[in-house]
Amino acid sequence: MNKERYKQLTDKIVPKENKVKNAITAFLVGGLVGLLGQIIVFVLENNFDVAHKDATSIMIVILIFIASLCTALGFFDNLVSKAKAGLIVPITGFAHAMTSSMIDYKKEGLITGIGSNAFKLTGSVILYGVVSAYIFGTIRYVFFGG
Amino acid sequence: MTINFNNVYVKDSSTVACKDEKEGNFGKLYDKTYDDYYIGCKTFEQAEMKMINDSVSIVLDKSKLKLDDINVIIGADLSNQITANSYSSIKFNRPYIGLYNACASMCEEFIVAGSLLQNKEIKNILLNVSSHNMTAERQFRNPVEYGCPKPKRSTFTVTGSASLVLTKEKTNIKVSSVSIGTTTDLGVTDVYDMGSVMAPSAARTIFEHLTQTNTTIDDYDLILTGDLGVYGKEILKEYIKEVYDIDLKNIHEDSACIIYDRKKQSQVKAGGSGPACLALVTYTDVLNKMKEGNLKKVLLVATGALMSPTMNNQKLSIPSISHAVCLEVVK
Repeated sequence: MNKERYKQLTDKIVPKENKVKNAITAFLVGGLVGLLGQIIVFVLENNFDVAHKDATSIMIVILIFIASLCTALGFFDNLVSKAKAGLIVPITGFAHAMTSSMIDYKKEGLITGIGSNAFKLTGSVILYGVVSAYIFGTIRYVFFGG
Repeated sequence: MTINFNNVYVKDSSTVACKDEKEGNFGKLYDKTYDDYYIGCKTFEQAEMKMINDSVSIVLDKSKLKLDDINVIIGADLSNQITANSYSSIKFNRPYIGLYNACASMCEEFIVAGSLLQNKEIKNILLNVSSHNMTAERQFRNPVEYGCPKPKRSTFTVTGSASLVLTKEKTNIKVSSVSIGTTTDLGVTDVYDMGSVMAPSAARTIFEHLTQTNTTIDDYDLILTGDLGVYGKEILKEYIKEVYDIDLKNIHEDSACIIYDRKKQSQVKAGGSGPACLALVTYTDVLNKMKEGNLKKVLLVATGALMSPTMNNQKLSIPSISHAVCLEVVK
């Protein structure tokens, strides 16, 4: 049997993931995370008299803290497997990926374990985040005057 | 490549398993079960070593042998450097061979052990096979707390260790022949779809074993594959019909499909996997049924995906291997 015919055979038997359902779940959960972020910003601005720019930064820190804490307490992975991309795409996913790597390599020491593996999953996010920031920053500076 | 043996017998076996396996279909048959993945150790790797130690001491107790009576210990697991078995072997202080053929390791051990037993000097060989869900996740996939969503076609690595003593002394269960499989690759690159990766090699090994031993499906009471999972089982059935014109009928079962209670344990998705999957089913349910006389001739086909995350990142498809072992009840 050649590879093409075998692919037809396996495609017929192996079930497809329900992409629509996954996308709707991710959309709703991701939206809830966004709503939570917005509420935090709103509360900070109105109740604690924080400037808008500072409030968004503090909101990000709070979300990272909540996600990392939930990962460390051991139930965030169960939420991720249910909510799928809804929790992975927002900043909560970044914090979760970093914390879970660090927990995983904790027993292998501070340098060789946590240090060299903390960014195992998230390293590419940081690298390409910085690279694209440079590219778009340059475009903005050249064409729109900063 | 099939080799026939006339002097290789199964003496005794033992199995230990973790909480998910305990809730599965053979939960009551395991000699010892644990309630968490650490089983009192600091790390998952050390927990896997402890499981091996436990299953070895149980099988030695059962067979009334001492470690000094064992001529060679053969060990296999999924970790790099066959970590769990190699590090456990220090404690046993006996000649040791470590094998790796991913989930096909159990039958690979029978092949090596059977051949070694043809030597005058060797009388008893201890076979250990283990896998641990968390060490496998860490090594092949993501950090364990990451909880990456798993598709329906994925399988769940079995946590457990199984030991078996092969001997020259005659017992009721004989290892009559073994078949060394050939590596096959039909271009599957999906790391979650191990059933599709392994089904063609299982089919080829079954076909070659039947041809070389001059037997047909009807000569066997059970053909038990390793860890194809529910979809891999279906693929094998259709593939072997189309390519080799063999009808598996109801004689074929897959240990991945039966080791867990899939209706209650939805986290296992398409079933179990790992080298211990076939061993936990065979050394409990299958050997028991053979001893009771319900099964007379069984063909075990351990299926292994020789997946390397490095080569997968280099976009190469996943090769697979399957080895077969034929067990027979003798009087």
